[in-house]
Amino acid sequence: MTSVFFNWAYMGETRNPEGLVNEIRELRRSGKLPNEVNVYYDEVSDEILINTDGGRLRRPLIVVENGRPKLKNKHIEDLKSGKITFDDLIAEGVIEYLDPDEEENSYIALRPEDVTKHHTHLEINPLIIFGLSSSLIPYGEYDRGDRVNYGAKMIGQSLGFYLSNFLVRTDTKSNMLLYPQVPLITSDTFDIFNLDKHPSGQNVVIALLCYEGYNMEDAIIFNKGSIERGLGRSFFFRTYTTEETRYGGGQVDEIKIPEKDVRGYRSEKAYANLEEDGIIAVETPVSSGDVLVGKTSPLRFLGRDEFLSSIQNRRETSTVLRHGEKGIVDKVIITENQDGNRLVKVTVRDLRIPELGDKFASRHGQKGVIGLIIPEEDMPFTEDGIVPDVIMNPHSIPSRLTVGQLLEMLGGKVAALRGKKANGTMFNGEKEHDLRKQLLKLGFRSDGKEVLYNGITGKKMEVEIFIGMIYYQKLEHMVANKIHARSRGPVALLTKQPTEGKANEGGLRLGEMEKDCLLAHGAPILLKERFSSDEVEVPVCTKCGSIGYYDWKKNKTVCPMCKKSKLVNVKMSYAFKLLIDELKSMMIFPRIRVGEK
Amino acid sequence: MKETTFTYEDLPLKIRESVEENFEKYKPTEAQKKRIKERVLELYKKISYEPGEAIGIVGAQSISEPATQMTMRTYHAAGAVAKQVSLGLPRLIEIVDARREPSTPIMEIRLKREYNDKENARRVARKIKETKFKDVVIEDVIDLVNSAIEFKINFEILNELNLDKESLLNILKKYVKNYKLEMEDDIIKLTSQKDVTIRDLRRMKLKVFDITIAGIKDISYVIVMKKDDEWIVTTLGSNLRKVLKIKEVDPTRVFSNDIREVEKVLGIEAARNAIINELSKTLADQSLDVDIRHLILVGDIMTCDGTIKPIGRYGVSGEKRSVLARANFETTVKHLTEAAIRGEKDRLDSIIENVIVNQVAPIGTNMCELVYKTKKRSKK
Repeated sequence: MTSVFFNWAYMGETRNPEGLVNEIRELRRSGKLPNEVNVYYDEVSDEILINTDGGRLRRPLIVVENGRPKLKNKHIEDLKSGKITFDDLIAEGVIEYLDPDEEENSYIALRPEDVTKHHTHLEINPLIIFGLSSSLIPYGEYDRGDRVNYGAKMIGQSLGFYLSNFLVRTDTKSNMLLYPQVPLITSDTFDIFNLDKHPSGQNVVIALLCYEGYNMEDAIIFNKGSIERGLGRSFFFRTYTTEETRYGGGQVDEIKIPEKDVRGYRSEKAYANLEEDGIIAVETPVSSGDVLVGKTSPLRFLGRDEFLSSIQNRRETSTVLRHGEKGIVDKVIITENQDGNRLVKVTVRDLRIPELGDKFASRHGQKGVIGLIIPEEDMPFTEDGIVPDVIMNPHSIPSRLTVGQLLEMLGGKVAALRGKKANGTMFNGEKEHDLRKQLLKLGFRSDGKEVLYNGITGKKMEVEIFIGMIYYQKLEHMVANKIHARSRGPVALLTKQPTEGKANEGGLRLGEMEKDCLLAHGAPILLKERFSSDEVEVPVCTKCGSIGYYDWKKNKTVCPMCKKSKLVNVKMSYAFKLLIDELKSMMIFPRIRVGEK
Repeated sequence: MKETTFTYEDLPLKIRESVEENFEKYKPTEAQKKRIKERVLELYKKISYEPGEAIGIVGAQSISEPATQMTMRTYHAAGAVAKQVSLGLPRLIEIVDARREPSTPIMEIRLKREYNDKENARRVARKIKETKFKDVVIEDVIDLVNSAIEFKINFEILNELNLDKESLLNILKKYVKNYKLEMEDDIIKLTSQKDVTIRDLRRMKLKVFDITIAGIKDISYVIVMKKDDEWIVTTLGSNLRKVLKIKEVDPTRVFSNDIREVEKVLGIEAARNAIINELSKTLADQSLDVDIRHLILVGDIMTCDGTIKPIGRYGVSGEKRSVLARANFETTVKHLTEAAIRGEKDRLDSIIENVIVNQVAPIGTNMCELVYKTKKRSKK
């Protein structure tokens, strides 16, 4: 007996599971049951699951009965002429939605010609088994599944022409590629979503070659000439926002060049770029630490002797260019916010020319960072004088099996030579055979290989090199955003330890596992030195073990409990002293017993 | 400090025995023998750790670095007589945590020399395999009208198990309450005495299905294999105590991967060996090469006080002497409050405590201290 569950609740048993399931499906297709009903027969656990609840992912498929798709040419013509709609096809039972469970019971054909009498469904278009971004990958059906996944993910990180009104936008962070190009090989999805208006990369000549050894482990070599001609250039925009807030007691922020008596006054140089209104001028070059908008605010707390009006009772709250960044002021917007406060937005633009360590990727999950930029005259060249823009290591191909990338290179070469874009839509693209034939006709080897000459020695290379054109994307991870170092710098108030993170000019933590490594090497003295960033000397009472203090009037250290006892100075990390203080505040009194070692 | 010298006679017995064995084999002269002994002693000293070596940290790193490389991939033997065993990282964690019940308990049973043949192996296998009621049922029907459940029994299987109708009914009677048990031909009928819903009936059905009618409980699957002229019975599920009592079984060569059970039945030394064996087997299965001495250290630490302690909060790390070291590792508040209540002292004589207070930890280059005897004191 087969157990039947309705929305995961036990309903009853049946002796004829197949019959029940088929009957439900029949009723759904004839419109007597809603099309949201999905039914699944699990033969292993001998259970039938009927689901009608929300939250299931479902997708449409063409119903196949007796080896024939129910969708006929007439339907397509009627759809084109507008006589019927997609919903009518669902009502008619020609198309139905399956949930993941019911998909397990079905046998889905990819193309109409594949349909046999065992099939239950047919894909509307084989492309829809992929998502939006993965269907953008040309010849993706030749790539291994995970590479398509990585490729689709990296398309989302690529720099391009994301919106055409970027000149008036104030996104906090945005990137713009300078000379975006439409790919030579596109897919149908590309046209459907109008992506030729928003391209996200450039077509480059790429050679699969080990050259000078600077492209091992996924590094890539760039042609300096190509970069100088504008390859991979992008703008980085960052918008800084500040407003004149109003506080209680009639106090307000003031946007103006701060006077020297203001608390926290920066150097005069920092304010040098500001105009009379305290706001920086457009097209001013700025570097880190420069003030963009000068601003003063009232003090948070007023002391006994402080008067409200004095200039000394205001603090500096200017907007400063971030640490480690530079650029040119792109635009300044002065407006009002909802509360009627004055609002200033300053956008800074920075030109990013490809440099060592910038990340690039093709559309097949083949990412890499620039390992070397070679002057154009030192780059290898072909018989025709073609110099590759990018040299990628051939070792990236065999283990990752991105055959789609090789086909894209081949197709790109054909498209560039014949002067017409190629279609690389998955399952429906131009066939490899046709590409090879055209390449042969254009006077090249059909396999895309060419004789290359070493650019430094001028010698002919011993083997032919695979060279072609491919769509290359600059990704948003650039060294300029990430580079960071510190020797001395700010410390956190509470622990007296160096701050954390690039934005705070922080240190790089020697963590718990790194600590273990030093100990495993038997180097505790080095470890102590590493951990001495917060070292303090604390007077400790030899009698009671509590932490004492230095009395300036008596010019000696005093124990708060014993008063007349001997104290010794002990070096410890401030974090430990803090731990003791915190324990004391929780009514635990740790005592430190000191003695000669 | 007393001067200690480590001589050849202090070497472990096993090493000296193997040296003697080789002496008999190759018959060296007395002078050669002496030189060999010196060389053995020298080599032994060379491979032993020096004082201050961080064997715990090195061991932990040597095990956990390869563990990060372990893929979660489980090995599927498609088509073959498959046994799904938990392997890799999950298994490693299971051993080190000293779980009460391993996720896949397994036994490897070898037979005594005189019973080492296919017939006997099969018989042992049949004897220990647990048979549940559902294994003898061909079909079941829920009869809602009469509030009854009907089971059609397969007598062939029942006969193979040396069971008859009566004994089957007797077994069922022990577990079935509030239901009337009847048998007609090959149908067992359970009728409820009370008003029940269909869900109650289904629950009852699943409960009755799960009743053990023959074999050793928990041993759900048995495979008989031949490996190098020897018949081995491998089981899914473990019950050492009962298996050891079977007369065909060689009790010295029965292995279980349930370490808690090994400890209960065979004692702590056996458990230590089981931990070491299981660890090295798990790592070897993933073709990871970890020196056995690291695993021995883990086995020793886990069993050194006579019971199995897990590595972690409730075991080794939770029983450290130093308050700060314990508080440093998980459940900080618990350890600090308890130490405050008891008035514990931390002597700062281990590693982590010294890292916390930023003093030089007594390890490696800090193991030596300078001792100076003043004349004044020596006179006293």
